[in-house]
Amino acid sequence: MSMSNAVVRTTELKQLDFEQIKKKQRTKSFLKGMMFLLPSIVLFSIFLFYPLLRTIYLSFFLTDAKGVTTVFVGFDNFINMFSSPIFIQSIQSTFLFVLYTVPVTIIISLFLAVIANEKLKGIGFFRTIYSSTMGISVAAASVFWLYLFHPTIGMLNVILGTLGFENIGWLTDPTWALIAVSVTTIWMNIGFTFLILLGGLQSIDTYLYESADIDGAGYFYKLRRITIPMLSPTLFFVVTVTIINAFQTFGQIDILTQGGPQNTTNLIVYSIYREAFVNYQFGSASAQAVVLFIIILLMTLLQFKFGERKVHYQ
Amino acid sequence: MTMPISKKIIFYVLLAVSGIIVFAPTLMAFMMSFMSNKDIMTGSLPTSLSFDNYVKAFGQFPLLKYLFNSFFISIIIMIGQLLLSSLAAYAFVFLEFKGRDLLFYLFIATMMVPFEASIIPNFHIIRDLGWIDTYQGLSVPFFAMAFGTFLLRQNFRQIPKELREASQIAGMGDFKFYLTVVLPVAKTSLITLGVYGFLTSWNMYLWPLLSTTNDSVRTVQIGLKQLQTQEQLNDWGVIMAGAIIVVIPTLILLFLGQKKLQKGLTEGALK
Repeated sequence: MSMSNAVVRTTELKQLDFEQIKKKQRTKSFLKGMMFLLPSIVLFSIFLFYPLLRTIYLSFFLTDAKGVTTVFVGFDNFINMFSSPIFIQSIQSTFLFVLYTVPVTIIISLFLAVIANEKLKGIGFFRTIYSSTMGISVAAASVFWLYLFHPTIGMLNVILGTLGFENIGWLTDPTWALIAVSVTTIWMNIGFTFLILLGGLQSIDTYLYESADIDGAGYFYKLRRITIPMLSPTLFFVVTVTIINAFQTFGQIDILTQGGPQNTTNLIVYSIYREAFVNYQFGSASAQAVVLFIIILLMTLLQFKFGERKVHYQ
Repeated sequence: MTMPISKKIIFYVLLAVSGIIVFAPTLMAFMMSFMSNKDIMTGSLPTSLSFDNYVKAFGQFPLLKYLFNSFFISIIIMIGQLLLSSLAAYAFVFLEFKGRDLLFYLFIATMMVPFEASIIPNFHIIRDLGWIDTYQGLSVPFFAMAFGTFLLRQNFRQIPKELREASQIAGMGDFKFYLTVVLPVAKTSLITLGVYGFLTSWNMYLWPLLSTTNDSVRTVQIGLKQLQTQEQLNDWGVIMAGAIIVVIPTLILLFLGQKKLQKGLTEGALK
């Protein structure tokens, strides 16, 4: 009796010990994990999560020129914003800009990726050329196009002139300015989008093409039935990235048009910048930033939901 | 399988025409940077080529200083990103602890927050820290990077778990394992991420515009904007010379690392 009691007690003791060691080890591994993650977590907190919350907070206030909150105004900033024709126009221009740039960027880049995926001599040279715009900064690209769009000496109007057409005020005519900025943006986007799509094409199993060849399938049949479906995860990714990038456009606007003419190119980030750092209205600028954040969040979620059904995953 | 010659010709024509169109703006800027202003204004073909525009650009603007600033900031950001991303990726792959999955979702969530949407408080933070016109103000906010963490995580996962178990039996700590085994094995991915980090930092525009007020730490991108707005005579040759100087480092980097970059970006993006 006493002996069995003793046995029970020692196993209990051992279990207790075991639990304790396990707990200790868990704490230790947690601390170790945090040690590796802490630098990122701290920086994300300071420069991402806190600013995000602070933006939302600021959007309910008026501030002074230093950004210190002065008066709580509730949803007034949002109400004023949505009743302001300038902001409504900014939202419209932004969506129009996305509509102009995203499909064209994808189509051109896909075309380039498909022709650059052929096994031909010297193909590496063409790949380098097509990806080159990725290495060109927004400031440099804007300066290149600023010249191309120049009303009198710019290449585009010179070409129009020799063909007998009238000059176009690319950056000064309200009907053309957003298109001009879009063209610049599409050109800048091509490099990155091309590179990603080419990578997607190269990862398609060549076996698929070989068996299609045996069946005697034509070039365009293979393109439609193998290449595009197999590429859909990559396409899905580049569409999302291009849309998000379009919403974040700033540099081209700052150099090419400064939001003009008649605010037609006053895209949302430029509008935020102007409201905050030119007019020092940090409250209403923050309200605009909240809208930008919500749009991008919705786009991402929508893309995920919509993309999942349509995308062919391997 | 070999292609019939007619098909080959079609492809080469398509490739060449597309290549010319895509590269035309860059090539034109390059040509203009060597042309005299008179030739540019009259739209004639270059009658003489010279380095005058470059001499002028360096003479009128502290371009050298801007170039140094851009190099310095880009390299600091690159190192910071590599360090933080690899540490975080190591934790996500090799360490098991409570709350790891939650933290991983937190990292994913950061990708949905555009920097532009939080730029106002960020500017105030940097100002309150006294970091306006400093190198740290231009670099530290970009050290933590979800994309880099995912890219390296993908790569680290290919390292066999047995390797870590063996090292643990041999009494090797996690930090030593990270330094002596994981980092050397993942060298290619680290280079890819480094090139990517350098390119994006070099090309940054909005943040340097806000957080610099004088020439001391101003980057070359903002310098180019100044060159363009202050050039009163509309001396396009000088402006293009400035633009070419800005793009040469990144173009060289891109040409050298294009293959790796493409492979790395596709992997990080899709798996």
